[in-house]
Formats: sequence, C-alpha cells, structure tokens
Amino acid sequence: MLYSDKVIDHTDNPRNVGTLDVNDPNVGTGLVGNPACGDVMRLQIRVDAEGRIAQARFKTFGCGSAIAASSLVTEWVTGKSLDEASALKNTAIAAELNLPPVKLHCSVLAEQAIEEAIEDFLRKQASLAEKVPAK
Amino acid sequence: MRRIYLDNHATTPVDPRVLEAMLPFFSEQFGNAASRSHSYGWDANNAVEQARVSVAKSIGAASSHSIVFTSGATESNNLALKGALEYYGDKGNHVITTAVEHKSVLDTVKRLGTRGCEVTVLGVDALGRVDPETVRQALTDKTVLVSVMLANNEVGTVQPIAEIGEILHERRVLFHVDAAQGLGKIDFDVEQMNVDLASLSAHKVYGPKGCGALYLSRKRPRVRVSPQLDGGGHERGMRSGTLNVPAIVGFGRACQLFSIEGLEEQTRIARLRDTLQSRLLEALPKVSVNGDPEHRLPGSLNMSFHHVEGEGLMLALKDIALSSGSACTSATLEPSYVLSAMGVDPTLAHSSIRFGIGRFNTEEEIDIVAERVISEVRRLRGMSPLWEMVEQGIDPASIRWATT
Repeated sequence: MLYSDKVIDHTDNPRNVGTLDVNDPNVGTGLVGNPACGDVMRLQIRVDAEGRIAQARFKTFGCGSAIAASSLVTEWVTGKSLDEASALKNTAIAAELNLPPVKLHCSVLAEQAIEEAIEDFLRKQASLAEKVPAK
Repeated sequence: MRRIYLDNHATTPVDPRVLEAMLPFFSEQFGNAASRSHSYGWDANNAVEQARVSVAKSIGAASSHSIVFTSGATESNNLALKGALEYYGDKGNHVITTAVEHKSVLDTVKRLGTRGCEVTVLGVDALGRVDPETVRQALTDKTVLVSVMLANNEVGTVQPIAEIGEILHERRVLFHVDAAQGLGKIDFDVEQMNVDLASLSAHKVYGPKGCGALYLSRKRPRVRVSPQLDGGGHERGMRSGTLNVPAIVGFGRACQLFSIEGLEEQTRIARLRDTLQSRLLEALPKVSVNGDPEHRLPGSLNMSFHHVEGEGLMLALKDIALSSGSACTSATLEPSYVLSAMGVDPTLAHSSIRFGIGRFNTEEEIDIVAERVISEVRRLRGMSPLWEMVEQGIDPASIRWATT
C-alpha cells in the first residue's frame, strides 16, 4: 500500500480531532460507516450566526486513507458557508490525497459525513424554529 | 528511526551463513546439476544431493529420495493436490481440507472442484484448530487425500497432525501437510506423524525465496503424483525444470541450521513473544488475542486492539514491519478469511495485527515495539468515535449502523 505524502501527513498530524457538544443547537453531527466494514467517521460542525462553519471536528475508526479524508474535510469546510461545504465532492478529496482506486470509498464516506452533519444541523434548526412561537 | 522487522511469517531474512553457502554456486560452481558429462555439472549435482539429505533429515524422512525440489511451497501444494488427485484418479475423486489453509491450497482445491472432484472444506473452532473427529467423519470411500496445514500463518495455531495422521493411516487415505509455516519452529516428523506428502518452503526458514520442496513418502507403497511441469524429466520425472542450485544449497543449509539450533532458538523466540504479549495486555484495556495460546507457533502473536483499525495502526507504526487481518490491507477489501473461519467478529478482524517474531529479533526491539504499540493505540483511540462511545458507557455494537 503506497501512501501519498499528504495521507501520511494527515495521519501523523491529524487536524481538528475532537468532539463538539452534540446537544448544542448550533452543532451538526454526521456519523457514517460501519465498524464491521472497518470504517466509521464522525464529523461535527459548529455553525455561526452568519451561517458559516466556525469549527469542525472529526473522529475516525479506519485506515490511513479514511483518517486523512476526514481530517482534510474538517480543514476544507472550516470558514465555509453551508452551501459551499455541501458542494464538496469526494473526487476532490481523492485527488488531493492521491487515493488509489481501492481507497476511493474513503473519500466517498467523508463526503457523506459532511452531508449528514449539514443535514443534522438543518434538521435541528428546523425543529427549533417550530418550537419558537411566531412573533 | 531505525526499522524493525516483525513480519517473519511473511518472509525471513536470509541467514548470513546460508548466503555464504549459496554464493559459490552463482560464480565458480555455476554448473547445471543435470550436466552429466563434466565436473561443473557433477559439482552442482553433489551440492544438490547434499542439500536433499539435509532437507530430508530435518523432517525425519528416512531417504533423501523422498524430496522433490520445487520453486516454493505454493508449487509444492499445487503438485501435491493436483498431482495426487490425477495419479490416484481411479481410487476416487474426493479431497478434504480446512477453511484456514493457505490460498495455494484453497484455490487449488477450488480448481479441482471445477474439474469434477468432490471437495470438503472442514471448519475450525474459535482457536483455529480442526478437530480430528471431523476429519474422520468426512471420509468417504472416494476420499483420495486430506490436506491440513502444520501451523497457520495468520494466527499461528498448530494443528493436531499426529492425531489426524493416525486416523488416515488406518483408513488408508493419503495425508498431505502444508508445513511451510511450522517447519523449523515446531516438531515435525513425517514418519512418526504418518504424513505422506509435505510442502516445505525455504524463505520461511531463513533461506532464499523461490525454493521449496515436496516430500513424498517412500514407505510401501510409495506415494506418487502426476507431474505438473513437463519437460526434461528432472527430479525423477516429477518436476521438470533446471534446478535452482544456489537456492537449493541455501535451503539445505537453512535446514541444517534449524536442526542444530532449533530448540534453543524457539525457546528464546517464545519468550520474546510472551513478553510482548504481556506488556500489551497489561498496558491496554480491551485487547484480545486471536488463536490458540496453548498450541501456537513460538513467534506468532495475533491481537485485536478494539476500536482501532488495523491498517491505520500499521501506518502509525510505519517503522515496524507487521501485518493485519483487516480488510483494508487486502486488495479485495475482504477481511481475513482465517479470522472469519474462527468466528472472530469482523470488527475485531479489522482491528487485528499480526506480530511475527524471528531469529534476528532482540529484546531491545521488543521493548521498543511494545512502547510504540501502546502509545499509538492510545493515540488512535483518542481519535476513534467508537472508543469515545466505550468511554461513555455506550456499546458500539448496540448502535444500528447504516449498512454500506
């Protein structure tokens, strides 16, 4: 298995490892994958009042390529709007990390993770809006 | 940081003494062992015959004529299985083997199945061991051959070869043993254990790659196989092709060395393995050992570090050569079939690491490896969402994961 320098960099020095408060209304959480398949990624985003991703955190159970893909995503989405972040494509992740064909699924999973995190955030916002009585 | 090699089940370095024995046969004594008419050929032939004696002695075979040199255990396995089923075709067409054999046995047996043979693949228990009773019960009057490995390459489990040999001797069914991993590490005596055919590998015993042998019993009646390589009729017609003289000489020397030094060496290696195992078990919670702790190769240690993925861990330990049963390390993305056959949970298979300790590993190296593994497992657990759940008292197995 030949790893690109970028994959090695991300696995040796992962960015944004950590946990955000899942109960915080401004935090969206995406949990994707399956331990039986050897890949689980949890991606979390904290969105500020302007709708930009102020913070992103990840934790991953997976191979070097999976760790690198999720670490890269947290780097890329920080500071972006939700629209910009949801435009993130797995192909871009795979290209940046030089993933071989057998590891492309790691980039797909990372794309799914950020999508779910965004969806989770929007769901939370929607249900909050329902609870607040109209002014 | 210096590299440490702990993958001795994949291959071993050539012992300097073996290399020394081989070198003359590349330059001064380069003759073809089949050149009958001149001294270059005679010298090469003598060296090959000496090696043949060393190999035979190392497995308790009475006659060196029972040894056929091949390009390795894969070829020996192919020759044994295809060759025996072909030769004894009128006696039957049934072959029995186990689910934890090397691919060179399993895939060969699969191919035999497509050619009209009946195939039985026996399961193993949670420790990776095949029960001799299941062998007995699987026998039919059409069974030609049973193939069971001496010891498993992934988890090190040693199979009950002598017990199975006794059963098959009684029932007059041929017994083939793939001894590639076990040779030179544990007792293996083909006559005492009633073994009719055995596959041997040089590069697993500090010899060169590209060389192995097939033992064929000469006890009456002699065991025969149909050759799979036709040509000049080398190795008494059983395996055509110019002999790889230097490699064969090396193989012979390697067998001599383990025959002399074996017991002491394996005791030392087992101690290193046990030290590594206890250090890891003491320092880290939620780890498990895969395989049979009682009947295991001295240098073999296969462990699962729960909630950390195997390939990720190997990458974190990049200066230490290891291997893993994780799917991520295989080209087909399927986890280790050996661990699956043992009933090991796929998640634990993904978290498995195989340590293979060998002749040239030192106490100092084991200390370094123990420290690095402990430190990297802790670091990766800090990055694992599954470990976080465990710390919070949630069992990851209780979550309904979306199946991909």
